[in-house]
Amino acid sequence: MTVINSYRNQPDERGHFGQFGGRYVAETLMPLILDLEREYRAAKADSEFAREFEWLLEHYVGRPSPLYYAERLTETLRESAPDGKGAQVWFKRDELNHTGAHKINNCIGQILLAKRMGKTRIIAETGAGQHGVATATVAARFGLPCVIYMGARDMERQQPNVFRMKLLGAEVIGVESGARTLKDAMNEALRDWVANVHDTFYIIGTAAGPHPYPELVRDFQSVIGKEAKVQMQAQAGRLPDLLVAAIGGGSNAIGLFHPFLDDASVRMLGVEAAGHGIESGAHAASLAGGAPGVLHGNKTYLLQDDDGQIAEAHSISAGLDYPGIGPEHSWLRDIGRVEYTSVTDTEALDAFQLLCRTEGIIPALEPSHAIAAVARVAREMDRDQIICANLCGRGDKDIFTVAEALGVAI
Amino acid sequence: MNDRLSARFAACKAQGRAALVTFVTGGDPTPGDTAAVLDALVAGGADVIELGMPFTDPMADGSAIQLANLRSLGSGTKTADLFAIATAFRQRHPDVPLVLMGYANPMIRRGADWFAAQAKAAGVDGIICVDIPPEEDAELGPALDDAGVHMVRLATPTTDAARLPQVLDGASGFLYYVSVAGITGKQQAATASIEEAVARLKASAGDLPIVVGFGVRTPEQAAAIGRVADGVVVGSAIVDIVGSHGNQAAPYVQAYVASLRGALETREKVA
Repeated sequence: MTVINSYRNQPDERGHFGQFGGRYVAETLMPLILDLEREYRAAKADSEFAREFEWLLEHYVGRPSPLYYAERLTETLRESAPDGKGAQVWFKRDELNHTGAHKINNCIGQILLAKRMGKTRIIAETGAGQHGVATATVAARFGLPCVIYMGARDMERQQPNVFRMKLLGAEVIGVESGARTLKDAMNEALRDWVANVHDTFYIIGTAAGPHPYPELVRDFQSVIGKEAKVQMQAQAGRLPDLLVAAIGGGSNAIGLFHPFLDDASVRMLGVEAAGHGIESGAHAASLAGGAPGVLHGNKTYLLQDDDGQIAEAHSISAGLDYPGIGPEHSWLRDIGRVEYTSVTDTEALDAFQLLCRTEGIIPALEPSHAIAAVARVAREMDRDQIICANLCGRGDKDIFTVAEALGVAI
Repeated sequence: MNDRLSARFAACKAQGRAALVTFVTGGDPTPGDTAAVLDALVAGGADVIELGMPFTDPMADGSAIQLANLRSLGSGTKTADLFAIATAFRQRHPDVPLVLMGYANPMIRRGADWFAAQAKAAGVDGIICVDIPPEEDAELGPALDDAGVHMVRLATPTTDAARLPQVLDGASGFLYYVSVAGITGKQQAATASIEEAVARLKASAGDLPIVVGFGVRTPEQAAAIGRVADGVVVGSAIVDIVGSHGNQAAPYVQAYVASLRGALETREKVA
């Protein structure tokens, strides 16, 4: 049955989420984008494709990931909350996936599409290196050569992941243009793709880029929210009151949120990276500090100046260090279905340490932003309310960055 | 619709040669240096001028034009400077067609209607936007049409027969055939494949001139393309000269452009 009044039937047939999304690409790529869309529609209708995707998620990725009640964190937050306040904090444990983050869910889906389309070479961009590692992993698993573009600055601050990608057989190409971070890596990946359209599949790492990428990445990541919904019913007997997730491009957030969008009782909070603070100008919060524009194949909120030149983003988290956001988030924000807030580098570092000490979990810096927002809002919510936050990556890769930020020599 | 473009292509046809279309990045190395470079293009014999609008993220461009964009933005070039450069050019050269080329975001930032009106007022004849394919035409095409500015469309080696009518629908001024699936300034396509592609495009494009670009560097390459197409675009090679000579580039640009124009003039002899 088609639900008419649904938040879950976007995008339209032209790939638009309201005024956002679309296919703003060079003509060379346009026929390929249309091919990909056709192939994705066929794959969606193919039960064999779904079976293979689900089999790999279960036996290779290790899904379903647990849903975990963080009792010690909950109690710790209640200590500084007003009487009767302090919601229960639950985590969707996507940091326990193979390769240590949610990124692998999407990569499994896209490499199956690549195989279906007969493509023989894989490329990807990466920021923190989690998507690069996940892409290199599936490329190794399927025996395809793989090139990863990574900003030279990100390579410096994420060396363990650079080495991981190389161990997995990928070629990692450092990008020296611009601020040498994720945006520049994406430009370079697009340049590679436009020159190699005949044999190359571009595995985009977040729910952004030209249609159909925002839709297909969301669909592959929606396994997070679908599992969480079932697990929450099984363990708590009801739906959560609030979902929280960190947002760079926004793939882990849309993956958690999307299956709940039509559940009116469930509020949602997306957390952008405020870097040194929104007012400082050095941040990565496109919704809080940006305006609609066109970059990397889609229309969405972007950090930009009055002439439409794209601004450099800043975040301590390489995975959030991007001046745009997936187009569906832009739409969800404008229609008011999802709330968005932002968290500074310092707040994220505090939350990182809080989780280490209260739960024995070292989170990545990306979900540390979500945890900081959880700490803020849980104290304002009643004790019988439930927050479900996405713990979308583990922090092994970030320990050097955190040590430096804390002034500790390792 | 203004007709400097069609008048110039008709004049070239009457002379039995292809039009020479030249590209430079506006504001490279500074906004104040561009007028001399544009004058050098005209003095060297360019028929159509493409003025590149710098953008922070030129994802369809190779290193030459990427660096030019960085030089231009680094010296503080604003959209207003581009329109000032165009306005002054139009006063100095009332008959030379001028086309702005760039990426969508700077063009739509203040609204497509604003951009189209500014372009018209500056005497700009056409717009080439790299990342607005026919599917997203509504973003800019209708505004340009209302203002009487040509929307120049791009066709590529991946534009197949089924798709070509969509590309041509709404195309005006000329059709820019990107002869290589890739970024600017790299390899050149084989002459035979260009000839075949141009013949295919001409069969569907009616009177719309077909202009071929990407990877054209030498007078010989320009002459070879000039034998089959209505125009030849040279960009990265000129941008490289500006990159090497900075604010002293004008005479070098003029000499290089003259060598291209000479090769197009003598095409009958070569053939």
